[in-house]
Amino acid sequence: MREMDLTLASDREAGYDYDQVSTVFFGGGTPTLLPADDLVAMLEHLRTLIPLAEDAEVSTEANPDSVTRASLSRLAAGGITRVSFGMQSAVPSVLATLDRTHDPEKVPQAVAWAREAGLDVSLDLIYGTPGETIDDVETSVKAALACGVDHLSAYSLIIEGNTAMARQLRRGELEAPDPDDMADKYELVDDLARADGLSWYEVSNWARTEQQRSRHNLAYWRGTDWWGIGPGAHRHRDGLRSWNVKHPSRYARMLAAGEMPVADSERVAAEDRLVEKIMLELRIADGLSVDVVPEERRPMLAVHRERGHLDPEALDAGRAVLTRQGRLLADAVIRDLVP
Amino acid sequence: MTPRIAADEARDILPASTPQERLRNFCIIAHIDHGKSTLADRMLQITGIVEDRAMRAQYLDRMDIERERGITVKSQAVRMPWQVDGVNYALNMIDTPGHVDFTYEVSRSLAACEGAILLVDAAQGIEAQTLANLYLAMENDLTIIPVLNKIDLPGADPEKYAAEIGQLVGVDPDDVLRVSGKTGVGVEDLLDHVVRTLPSPQGDPEAPCRAMIFDSVYDTYRGVVTYIRVIDGSLKSRDRIDMMSTGAHHELLEIGVSSPEPRATQGIGPGEVGYLITGVKDVRQSKVGDTITTSIRGATEALEGYSEPKPMVYSGLFPIDGSDYPVLRDALDKLKLNDAALLYEPETSTALGFGFRVGFLGLLHLEIIRERLEREFNLDLISTAPSVVYQVLMEDGSEVEVLNPSDFPVGKVHEISEPITKATILVPSEFIGAVMELCQSKRGTLGGMDYLSEDRVELRYTLPLAEIVFDFFDQLKSKTRGYASLDYDVSGSQIADLVKVDMLLQAEPVDAFSAIVHRDKAYNYGVEMAGKLKKLIPRQQFEVPIQAAIGSRIIARENIRAMRKDVLSKCYGGDISRKRKLLEKQKEGKKRMKNIGSVEVPQEAFIAALSSDEGDMPKDKDSKKK
Repeated sequence: MREMDLTLASDREAGYDYDQVSTVFFGGGTPTLLPADDLVAMLEHLRTLIPLAEDAEVSTEANPDSVTRASLSRLAAGGITRVSFGMQSAVPSVLATLDRTHDPEKVPQAVAWAREAGLDVSLDLIYGTPGETIDDVETSVKAALACGVDHLSAYSLIIEGNTAMARQLRRGELEAPDPDDMADKYELVDDLARADGLSWYEVSNWARTEQQRSRHNLAYWRGTDWWGIGPGAHRHRDGLRSWNVKHPSRYARMLAAGEMPVADSERVAAEDRLVEKIMLELRIADGLSVDVVPEERRPMLAVHRERGHLDPEALDAGRAVLTRQGRLLADAVIRDLVP
Repeated sequence: MTPRIAADEARDILPASTPQERLRNFCIIAHIDHGKSTLADRMLQITGIVEDRAMRAQYLDRMDIERERGITVKSQAVRMPWQVDGVNYALNMIDTPGHVDFTYEVSRSLAACEGAILLVDAAQGIEAQTLANLYLAMENDLTIIPVLNKIDLPGADPEKYAAEIGQLVGVDPDDVLRVSGKTGVGVEDLLDHVVRTLPSPQGDPEAPCRAMIFDSVYDTYRGVVTYIRVIDGSLKSRDRIDMMSTGAHHELLEIGVSSPEPRATQGIGPGEVGYLITGVKDVRQSKVGDTITTSIRGATEALEGYSEPKPMVYSGLFPIDGSDYPVLRDALDKLKLNDAALLYEPETSTALGFGFRVGFLGLLHLEIIRERLEREFNLDLISTAPSVVYQVLMEDGSEVEVLNPSDFPVGKVHEISEPITKATILVPSEFIGAVMELCQSKRGTLGGMDYLSEDRVELRYTLPLAEIVFDFFDQLKSKTRGYASLDYDVSGSQIADLVKVDMLLQAEPVDAFSAIVHRDKAYNYGVEMAGKLKKLIPRQQFEVPIQAAIGSRIIARENIRAMRKDVLSKCYGGDISRKRKLLEKQKEGKKRMKNIGSVEVPQEAFIAALSSDEGDMPKDKDSKKK
């Protein structure tokens, strides 16, 4: 809250004012480890600074184990509209490899409570964990869909450089993920989601209706301005990107001293903004207007249509929209289209 | 050590005025590592021309590379005073290159001498290259002084090896001298022996001058320094000289002898060895084997034995960083000044970019040049598989010389001929079977076999040069646990059933991998290369067939399956700039890709494919010894 105050004061000093907030997202970890009241209090505080839009989408991430019927209903009453549970998998051995401690049996219950409280619910899945079979993925996706959710995110596992899993991989204790296997699993997720009436709207996101897409995340992909609050959080305003210091205690010290906890910032150059626009908009189902693609790269659109990566009908209508095969190769397509 | 002749007592053996009977010219024939340089050092010390404290180990090997590899590429001559029975003599020691690629240079060095010291390690015995040079010396009617070196070593077996070389040279084993270059034991006796047993030069002092060039070295400060042996007549410092092969005239800027530092003299007399400087800047103007005569009252008939250096092995040399191309060109231009055998012309490869097609005398020559380019000019290079020179006769009667498989003519080929070698292999008798099998598989024909001793055998084969430059030496070493030694000399050519195999990537030929191979081996080559490329070329957005083809006939095929996944699954607020930067990096990487048709291949893949079975050259330095 202190950061909100400081930032807003500094922005106002710089002559920048905010109209209203259209989406709020509590995430990056498990915000629901905090008492529901604290989350609500933060939202309340924000509201006193900048008006929240009438139909604002207010989401929180949550661990299925960290919520109760009561906490969910408190969140709903406090203005939160959407919860995204980190389900990851329905298979205990996969969860164990991921070092997740929640009981998969509890997910349907948590989803039911959230819906009962009037919240929109999304489930997050991770596929491609070492040791996970294609059947495991099927089990997980089916279990997620059986909860009756209207939104699903599924991410292939990314093993970051300095993690326990990366070390296990180097020691040969885990088998490195195979890209073909990842592709099979992605296609399976997509098949099952589609069969359940969900359709993709971003490479890793599926929703039942257009209204049920995450407006907050779409805002990132459409290059809107956003605030990030907390240690290591990023913000973006008018082509200026900045990020906070990562370490929580340093973050707290700076705030206590009345300093902005910003680690660094960069001005995104016009060409980079174009790169980001292509890179982000191509990921979503609405696709990218072909006019955005630099003249000299446009011949590549036809090449990728030929290779089955871009939807021919959409392309005829002036938009570059990835096919399913194209979604799996999105980065390769992006590299060919950026200046 | 006190030299036998004090400096002021040597007036009767001054350059240009030493009678022929007081001269002895010799060289040392030895295998790498058998201690030639150490022995030479000891001679310089014992004869007093290098003071003990100025003694630098292996004084005569000037280049760092040579010092490190223990091989002498460039020979030099050193004049040393020596006294026997109260009579002063001038000894010229002519250093010889010790490797197979330099047979011609060796033959010229031998031709400058009346005798040779055959130096053999008392712990290892004679090696194939030494044997070949010994035969060469014997054919030149040189007097041979057999010597066992390193007799102080614990592993020395002088009895066994004295018997072996005694038999080769035709002397009693008891007459084989025993020295230690390291301690100096026996070196004085050896020098006495040189004086007593070697014939003195027998040139005609009154005849028009004829001097043979046995070496030619480029020096940054002085230009080309030419080492000569005067056969007939003499050269004076005021003479104008002619190169008899070209008829070119030169002014003498300096003439002199090395002992071991160069010292200008009034001239060089009959039978003597020395150097001269004319101001030319390129060793091609002063060719090894050529005859020098005086412009006035010159000789009309050149000495025998001259021939032009002829590259036997060609390889493409490409800078790994394309922007280094001009550096490579300048570097080759510089090395050429000192290497009459180095030939090159620009070559462009779709896979490797801009580089040069370079001709070498052999594999060691290639290796040395490449290493000097990398070390002295700080270049990172990739070389294509060495290839020999083929003569291709077409159906229409035209004949094409092919230095590069990718230049193989299109059209109906009548026949192809390839260079063949006479190869000598020395091996412990237990490996005879393995070596015969290997030679058989390399299209070799057995010419003969002799026992050097009870357990050492000399095998003589005719082998295609192409097989030798491919991977013969590596295989020979591995099949004989490092004990075999090899020498070969190109001895003609033969018609063979050869075909050109192309490697195709999505139907586009990759020039750097075309090869001319025997028809029976084409399939193996194709399968192996296709498999290698499949492993090294990253998956593309589409399926890529790799094919090996003879003309339009596909003989082997592999597929690189299309890449199916190339996407970052999570891309939210904080990921965006990181992702953009990653993208920029990937784009940079893409720029370094070579495009074969629409297939993008990192240059590293080509490099890896070319280097993975690039064998060590037969330099013998690393090989195991008994």
